[in-house]
Amino acid sequence: MWKTIIRRVLVMIPQLFVLSLLIFIMAKFMPGDPFTGMITPDTDPARIEELRQEAGFYDPWYQQYFNWIMNAANGDFGKSYTYKVAVADLIGDRALNTLWLSLLSVFLLYLIAIPLGVLAGRYQNSFLDKIVVLYSFISYAIPVFVLALIFLFFFGYKLQWFPTSGTVDIKYDSGTIGYLWSKIYHILLPAITFALLGTTGVIQYLRTEVIDAKSMDYVRTARSKGIPINKVYTKHIFRNSLLPIAAFLGFTITGLLGGSIFIETIFGYPGMGQLFIQSISGRDYSVITALVMLFGFTTLLGSLLSDIIMSIVDPRIRID
Amino acid sequence: MNTTQELPKIKHADNTQELLTIKDLHTGFRVKDTYYNAVDGVSISLKKNEILAIVGESGCGKSTLATSIIGLHDTNNTRITGEIEFRSLNLAKLTDEKLNNIRGNDIGMIFQDPLSALNPLMRIGDQIEESLIYHTKMSKKERTNRVLELLNQVGIPNPNRVVRQFPHQLSGGMRQRVIIAIAISCKPSIIIADEPTTALDVTIQAQILDLLKDLQAETESGIILITHDLGVVAEVADRVAVMYAGQIIEEATVEELFSNPVHPYTRSLLNSIPQTHSDNEKLEVIQGLVPSLVNLPRNGCRFASRIPWIPAEAHEADPQLHEIAPGHFVRCTCWNHFHFEGEEGGSLT
Repeated sequence: MWKTIIRRVLVMIPQLFVLSLLIFIMAKFMPGDPFTGMITPDTDPARIEELRQEAGFYDPWYQQYFNWIMNAANGDFGKSYTYKVAVADLIGDRALNTLWLSLLSVFLLYLIAIPLGVLAGRYQNSFLDKIVVLYSFISYAIPVFVLALIFLFFFGYKLQWFPTSGTVDIKYDSGTIGYLWSKIYHILLPAITFALLGTTGVIQYLRTEVIDAKSMDYVRTARSKGIPINKVYTKHIFRNSLLPIAAFLGFTITGLLGGSIFIETIFGYPGMGQLFIQSISGRDYSVITALVMLFGFTTLLGSLLSDIIMSIVDPRIRID
Repeated sequence: MNTTQELPKIKHADNTQELLTIKDLHTGFRVKDTYYNAVDGVSISLKKNEILAIVGESGCGKSTLATSIIGLHDTNNTRITGEIEFRSLNLAKLTDEKLNNIRGNDIGMIFQDPLSALNPLMRIGDQIEESLIYHTKMSKKERTNRVLELLNQVGIPNPNRVVRQFPHQLSGGMRQRVIIAIAISCKPSIIIADEPTTALDVTIQAQILDLLKDLQAETESGIILITHDLGVVAEVADRVAVMYAGQIIEEATVEELFSNPVHPYTRSLLNSIPQTHSDNEKLEVIQGLVPSLVNLPRNGCRFASRIPWIPAEAHEADPQLHEIAPGHFVRCTCWNHFHFEGEEGGSLT
């Protein structure tokens, strides 16, 4: 297994190289540059030119690419033109925020979706099943920004149950219980919003899998042993039905870093999604390229992680 | 015709020997709010120490009969009426919880396809142990020993290794042995084997049949063997019931049935076995198909449509089972006038 993992990681190097080249070229093709926004009627065009020279804008593209990739390999993605801080630091802060929010979101998502999916599948065509299917279709049809705005308005603004923006209350010192609680309190509403709308896939997959599994031969064998029906569900049907969900788990985990642009923007939560959209509109090349590189890397990692998870839960799949 | 003829006396006077008695069993499946009987009025009994074979084409209701006995159907879409008498209980009327005490414990079941009948995510040992957990008071250690003993009993080499393995690591024959081990784990008095050899290749088939026979002799249990393979029947069965379109159309001891088959369907089945030493190069077949559940004509002789050269008057209007020799039953009167197509027919008298 370790051999496979190392081999897979080595294969990732050429994949990352191609990815970085594509990202670099596409970033270069984007119109405008960070200095475009600085131009005012009083700006001396010569000064702008000078800045561009300094930033290396007129070097040949391969030279620029080489500089960038070598620095990136050392963890230096340059400085953000907008925030004037090192990109690595900027992303580091945001990534942590996003990670907390995403972890809670995904936890709530599975907490809602797994029981509903299993119950809907078990009691197929019952009233409960119809309600669950209805819920999953409605939640799939509602755009995230609509529900996010509604929740923000009612629970944040009208009822004032939840804070409407930020990651933590400033009155707490870092490291205290109050600080931790305040952090969780701030991510609760965005996480619930995300979880409620993200359940469709998991519910539908599980429901279908449970319905399929019910008529499987091994379930009939289990029933012929005289095992109580609840045990048949927990020991035989449930685990087999979770396989497709497990197949996505790697991507889900690494995908957590990507954050949600809508949720973060609407709830004023400074995470990766928000950073990404801001860096694009601000032509903040160094941040964009670093983020896309990171997302690409986590996707590759996610597929590896999925394979490892699958090989753990399904004995028929062995990676060696 | 013989519509007024009396029903033959219910067979097998010796009741002490009977393990299981099925009386007038109907199992219907729902298709768009109507129930269609796949098993339509079957009465049969199984004695101790006996291997009862139930034969018929695909779709004749033989597997449905087997699964009805321990109620493995989807209860929402199935209707079972009639009596399945086992230890003075009517299994057809028991709740699922009550049936769980009998399934795996008193009645073991072996399924057709060993490749899919085991849970792919569970170790062999755990799958065999499961029924012991629910039906015995054995300790963990006793159960482990019993599992090893069972694997030995069904002829699996190296049981200590196999208990830790997963189904996909075993061959089809080995998996079928595991399934047999599961079925016999609680020493049931009845084993229902639903086409246990169909999915296996011929050499393995013989081994599995031998194993079943040996186990039957050892445990003194009764076996209901569902099969479409008359070769298997001849090899292991004591008594045979031939099913067609949900009904038993002929029942006799295996010697009687093979030496003196009377029902047109039984004769056609036997006639369609390829004979390697005969000069006849044509493979004999039975015309047509088993009518589907929904389109099945429910009155008159159900086999009539497949022997159209036999005049309609030969059939009984409401075909009953007639005892033509001790223990030999045949449904309908058409057998009296049956001849294969192209042969000289007997006259209607």
